[in-house]
Amino acid sequence: MDLLEYQGKQLFARHGLEVSDGRAVTTVEDAVAAANEIGYPVVVKAQVLIGGRGKAGGVKLADDEAQAREHATNILGLDIRGHIVRTLWIEHASDIATEYYASVLLDRSAKQPMVIFSVEGGVEIEQVAEESPEKLVRHHVDALTGLSREEAIEIATKGGADADVIEGVADALVALYEVWLKEDATLAEINPLIVTPERKVKALDAKVSLDGNALYRHPENQGLSDSENEDPIERKAKEQGVQYVALDGDIGILGNGAGLVMSTLDVVAQAGGAPANFLDAGGGSDAAKIKQAVELILDNSAVKAVLFNIFGGITRCDEVAKGLIAAFGDIKPSVPFVVRLDGTNDVRGRELLQEAALPNVHAARTMNEAAEKVVELAAA
Amino acid sequence: MSILVDKNTRLAVAGITGKEGSFHTLNNRNYGTNVVGGVTPGKGGQDVEGIPVFDSWEQAAKEAQPNTAMIFVPPRFAAESILEAAAAGVELVIAITEGIPAHDELRVYNTLKRDRVGGHSVRLIGPNCPGILSPGKANVGIIPASFFKEGNVGVVSRSGTLTYQIGNEIAQAGFGCSSIVGIGGDPVPGSSFVDVIELFQSDEQTELIVLSGEIGGSAEEEAAEYIAEHVSKPVVAYIAGFTAPAGKQMGHAGAIVSGSAGTAAAKAQALEAKGVRVGRTPTEVAEIAIEILGGVGAARR
Repeated sequence: MDLLEYQGKQLFARHGLEVSDGRAVTTVEDAVAAANEIGYPVVVKAQVLIGGRGKAGGVKLADDEAQAREHATNILGLDIRGHIVRTLWIEHASDIATEYYASVLLDRSAKQPMVIFSVEGGVEIEQVAEESPEKLVRHHVDALTGLSREEAIEIATKGGADADVIEGVADALVALYEVWLKEDATLAEINPLIVTPERKVKALDAKVSLDGNALYRHPENQGLSDSENEDPIERKAKEQGVQYVALDGDIGILGNGAGLVMSTLDVVAQAGGAPANFLDAGGGSDAAKIKQAVELILDNSAVKAVLFNIFGGITRCDEVAKGLIAAFGDIKPSVPFVVRLDGTNDVRGRELLQEAALPNVHAARTMNEAAEKVVELAAA
Repeated sequence: MSILVDKNTRLAVAGITGKEGSFHTLNNRNYGTNVVGGVTPGKGGQDVEGIPVFDSWEQAAKEAQPNTAMIFVPPRFAAESILEAAAAGVELVIAITEGIPAHDELRVYNTLKRDRVGGHSVRLIGPNCPGILSPGKANVGIIPASFFKEGNVGVVSRSGTLTYQIGNEIAQAGFGCSSIVGIGGDPVPGSSFVDVIELFQSDEQTELIVLSGEIGGSAEEEAAEYIAEHVSKPVVAYIAGFTAPAGKQMGHAGAIVSGSAGTAAAKAQALEAKGVRVGRTPTEVAEIAIEILGGVGAARR
């Protein structure tokens, strides 16, 4: 779950990281009021979950009320590569002497937390990694003992932070690690981590991803993220507890098990089709859940044909067939379906479908045959 | 032979009194797995169809001497249950539970590593996995055993249903499996492809290894390196998620392309660069495996 900048900064502040005074607003009037209250100059920043906001005109400096109004008016509603700006973060402008980079993430390969620090801040860190890897310090932390202040000082020193801010950078790293640990984040990144002319160390930006599986122990974080820019069907699916990812094709996909569904998307693409979604009906889906899933898939008006690819393990194929039959009773889909049922109770499932003689439902025996058939039907 | 679970398995199950836990435990017992107990705090003294229930892993270990633990408890209790089972002395923990926080998995992994005894750490398979099936010997978990028969193919996979798909196609061609190991779809699995492939390499029954991977992380790339250095048996691989967009979690918590890292294309390339054949569809994986196995069988005849 990715957080907006201001949400990340609120978590930072909670753990003692220095951030600028600011307000999150959704209207021009509130933006102006916030700017007046904070005091000029202020920065007006678009809150969207995509990089390159500055280049897209989503970050502007305002020296007075007229400029704050002008920028807020221009940025609210701005479309930054498909993300509509609905929230602005107004913060007091910072004077910058130096820009660093800091992050804490979960290194899946080493199975340890990793702190990354660089004196090359304010640019894409991937670019630094590629062009001047020697300017990047990667430090694995013992997950059981955490990041000590001594370690943090070592990282700051090794990374080449200015001598007079080593302590300040180390404090920031320790606080960032706290954010990562205590908030169950998978990523906590500051780019840039700035040094002000007064030699204070401060987070000018925030990129935080939280672990959705750990939200139960952070009720205060449950309302975060950019729900207004979320795909509406993805949001509905999440509320229903269904694993659904919107894609941009026209073939609706339902399968059981994440791996099988991913594989189904690939096989459909290989057959020349374009999947409209990923939907994992999960293990042991009953008829009611299948019906709900069909409704989600058909909520997307781009869908021209639907593929059911089921290999029943815990999931019983007769239950899937019953769900499909129930869905057809209520919804009367106008698009063709291709259904492949294999595994537990597959014979009974196929019999049920045959008896029901649903309009425009085609049976297929194998995954490849099903993919080819659905691509053909979507193109017709 | 087979690996990890067999006739010597003595299984105890955390969460045996739950609906899913009892259903699958009894399924495992019906298959022939030796189920010696269950653990549910507060329900010690009860039984599930004759399987004794204990209050703690410590007690279960003392009374029933399990060597294998299966974890079926809800995500918020799973980490402690895994660590308790390990502390009580079981050698193998198989965690089926889906939805355990990544930080808990990190803590569990590193605790097991820290507390290794005599060079051996307690082996953890999963979490978020379907378990392990050694056809004809033992089934621990939720893998539908009816699709598999005993044979010489070792399967290791991050996905459940995809494994059944590939395994079933191999079975229909007349071949069987030594063991099927689901390592799970989470970001910090207790065992990686490398750990399981190492076991298959030294298992006499296994003559061919099928690796089924997916987007996210770098476990497949690490497996490619390991195979090139240490594995003499043929390996056939499959990678799911070529069409997955970056930044989207595809069902499994660990199945996510981060920026340009963890793509299916990079994984397939890494494997092929080390001479591992990668099938483009599950059917093609089965076909390649069958082609190689035909050769293996012919050589033996």
